[in-house]
Amino acid sequence: MLENEGTVHKKDLSLLVLILVVGAVVAFINPRFLLVGNLSNTANQVGMFGIFSIAEAFVIIVGGIELAVGSVIALLGVLFIDLIVNRDIDWILAFALIIAGGVAIGTIHGTLVTKMKIQPFVVTLCGLLIYRGAARYYTEDATAGFGYGASFPMLEWLTAGRTNVLGFPLPHSVVALVIVAGIAWLVLHRSVYGRYFYAVGKNEEAARYSGIRSDRVTISAYVICGGLTALSAVLLAMYTRSISPAVHGSFYELYAIAAAVLGGCSLRGGEGSIIGVVLGTILLQVLQNLVNLLGIPSSLNFAVMGTVILIGVLADQYLVQRRQRAPSARGQAAAESKPATLERVSAE
Amino acid sequence: MREPFLELIDIGKTYPGVVALDHVSLSVAPGEVIALLGENGAGKSTLMRVLGGVVAPSRGTIRIDGVARSSYTVTDAIAAGIAFVHQELNLFDNLDVAGNVYIGREPVFGGPLRLIDRKTLRAKVRPLIARLGADFEPDTPLAELSLAQRQLVEIIKALSLDARCVIMDEPTSSLTLSETERLMQVIAGLKADGVSVIFITHRLNEVMQCADRAIVLRDGRMAGALARDELSPAAMIRLMIGRDLRSLYVPPAAPPGEAVLDVVDAVTSTYPNQAVSLQLRRGEILGLAGLVGSGRTELARAIFGVDPLLAGGLHLEGAPIRIATPRTAIDRGIYLVPEDRKGCGLLLDLSIAENVSLPDLASHSRFGLVDTASEAENADRQRERLNIRTTDVRTSVGTLSGGNQQKVVLAKWLSMRPKVLIFDEPTRGIDVGAKQEIYDMLRRLADDGVAILMISSDMEEVIGVSDRIAVMHEGRISGFLSRSEFSEHNVLQLAVGHAI
Repeated sequence: MLENEGTVHKKDLSLLVLILVVGAVVAFINPRFLLVGNLSNTANQVGMFGIFSIAEAFVIIVGGIELAVGSVIALLGVLFIDLIVNRDIDWILAFALIIAGGVAIGTIHGTLVTKMKIQPFVVTLCGLLIYRGAARYYTEDATAGFGYGASFPMLEWLTAGRTNVLGFPLPHSVVALVIVAGIAWLVLHRSVYGRYFYAVGKNEEAARYSGIRSDRVTISAYVICGGLTALSAVLLAMYTRSISPAVHGSFYELYAIAAAVLGGCSLRGGEGSIIGVVLGTILLQVLQNLVNLLGIPSSLNFAVMGTVILIGVLADQYLVQRRQRAPSARGQAAAESKPATLERVSAE
Repeated sequence: MREPFLELIDIGKTYPGVVALDHVSLSVAPGEVIALLGENGAGKSTLMRVLGGVVAPSRGTIRIDGVARSSYTVTDAIAAGIAFVHQELNLFDNLDVAGNVYIGREPVFGGPLRLIDRKTLRAKVRPLIARLGADFEPDTPLAELSLAQRQLVEIIKALSLDARCVIMDEPTSSLTLSETERLMQVIAGLKADGVSVIFITHRLNEVMQCADRAIVLRDGRMAGALARDELSPAAMIRLMIGRDLRSLYVPPAAPPGEAVLDVVDAVTSTYPNQAVSLQLRRGEILGLAGLVGSGRTELARAIFGVDPLLAGGLHLEGAPIRIATPRTAIDRGIYLVPEDRKGCGLLLDLSIAENVSLPDLASHSRFGLVDTASEAENADRQRERLNIRTTDVRTSVGTLSGGNQQKVVLAKWLSMRPKVLIFDEPTRGIDVGAKQEIYDMLRRLADDGVAILMISSDMEEVIGVSDRIAVMHEGRISGFLSRSEFSEHNVLQLAVGHAI
């Protein structure tokens, strides 16, 4: 229990320690890691990746999975650029349309999962294929970008700009992530609706018997996921400024799932914290940075990340099992007298 | 009496801070049927785990065939012929009967390919099925078998391992009357073959029927042992709870009032050709008896909006209502305490407070945010009212005993305003003390003006608690009984579809 209390868990702390250790090692080997420019760029990546990782976390917490994140980012990205560059639609309106598009995609996924009872993996795998194809067809596989002279100073400043805070150029994507994470934290860990997300993810049947409209809760998780993915699609489009629809955003759903799992989400649903997901995103980006800075061939990028995640999850599992053994030996009376230990211990 | 082949002498098991077993002794002779009784938490499961080699005792001696064992593991237990039939059956839905019986020990041919020799497999299982007189084949898919038949598969598995002692943990808790009867015959058959049976149960009439003796545990100690001629429900209950259970039925404070819920010609998907009508009255406990599978649970689920009603309707306080989801039912004051406590009634990982507030979070929130203080306060109130035994309402529900878990389910609904409360098997798997508390609460609720429908397969409960009984048979109501007509005979007659 108390998984959804949202206070800093042991797990989050160990993740933070891991980030600091990896960061310290990188900084020791290559001090350029600590250059303001490098930190600011890494932070910018964290900002953009963090938003769609939180999006993914919502779906994972209700016990689903969203595999179309990368394709949605590509499709909505090319649509956004097309709307403001080629169709001269006011960027505010275009932004609203793109968010609406993300929400629509989320609604479709959620409805297929709940009303048609298709497995989330299948629904969103089809989405992954469909949206990627649509993006490539729409642009005729050409790169979508801003032509010469096309300029949106306000939009550019808002999405890809940086503000100097005490000498540190703070990317606005980080500001966006902080706002999104703040609201997501409030919703998930403090609101009535957040309680429903966890309840449905843990045991949909019991949630239904308690009067929770579980279909609605599940659909809204996909809707939130779609909307937030759309937001990060705009940020990513404005950051890269040119989108080749065949590769833009590919594998991003896996970054998102990895960040969510690192952050304590269980793919069985009902577990995970926003702080954890943000920390998970940071760790992934620091690792990415590590590969670049330590002169590791960039072809090994994914291999390094995969290895670190695997080691992290193994270590966590080991710790959980050790903790599990300790209290179970203390017997029933001990378990009754104190609140259950955090995390997965209670799953037995 | 033959010499015991298995002896547990003076067994103690302590966990840090808890004494689970204290000076408990048990000996098993070939062909003996021993009932193991005790309230939940009395140490029955720990004792059985010691017997199965799962848990090593802190002190005491285990002797098998007269030889004291210094170490005793699960493998030793299996070698000694001890087999478990678990309460939650450990079987594979996607295999057939023979595949389940010989899982992990399949006869093979084809050398390194290790292909399964299906013919031998079936040939080995067939005589065991015949020995129990079971009505399925070795190649019947397990998915097609009822719970009772699956239990027989587990027993067959035990026999295939040359079990000398079969341990059954609440084998009858989800069986119908006739299935229970069959199981009793199977136990008698095992006994005749010299196989010993230890069974844990809460149903005393079964003990009366088939046990050679009963061992009663209380708080980890031997509360007493009763030989065949000393067995009586009163004696067993006295040993289990250390006091006499007072007579079950408490009459209502006032005669039943007006109709609260009218079920009119309700048709559920399990029995599309049968319609059910019944009336729940203010202050009355209506018992709904019948065999498992007679459509009682389906009726409850339809009233609560979990499943749709195919036809017919509901009237709440005279006005027709439509209930499409549990939410609508809850908003109208119709609540269900489901049969499957762990699967449907509770979120085991969440705390008591979080479970209690779940259906009514709107009342424990401000601006959409959960007010944990109000939530805990409410849970504390319910904890005192229902005597939920825990010090902290932030304890996760999964750590509580069955009785306390059931009280948490009840607490969910009592913190709102129930008009109609439906209980589906309210005391299944709950010890005697907690049972009595639940019955008291039922009566108090009825006296407060709630209309109560109590589905129960426990005859003692139906007759002892209800003010009126409706009996279902194959999807229809086969009859109503008023208190003066209450008898085990009458309920049974109606349950099997005869008139009285």
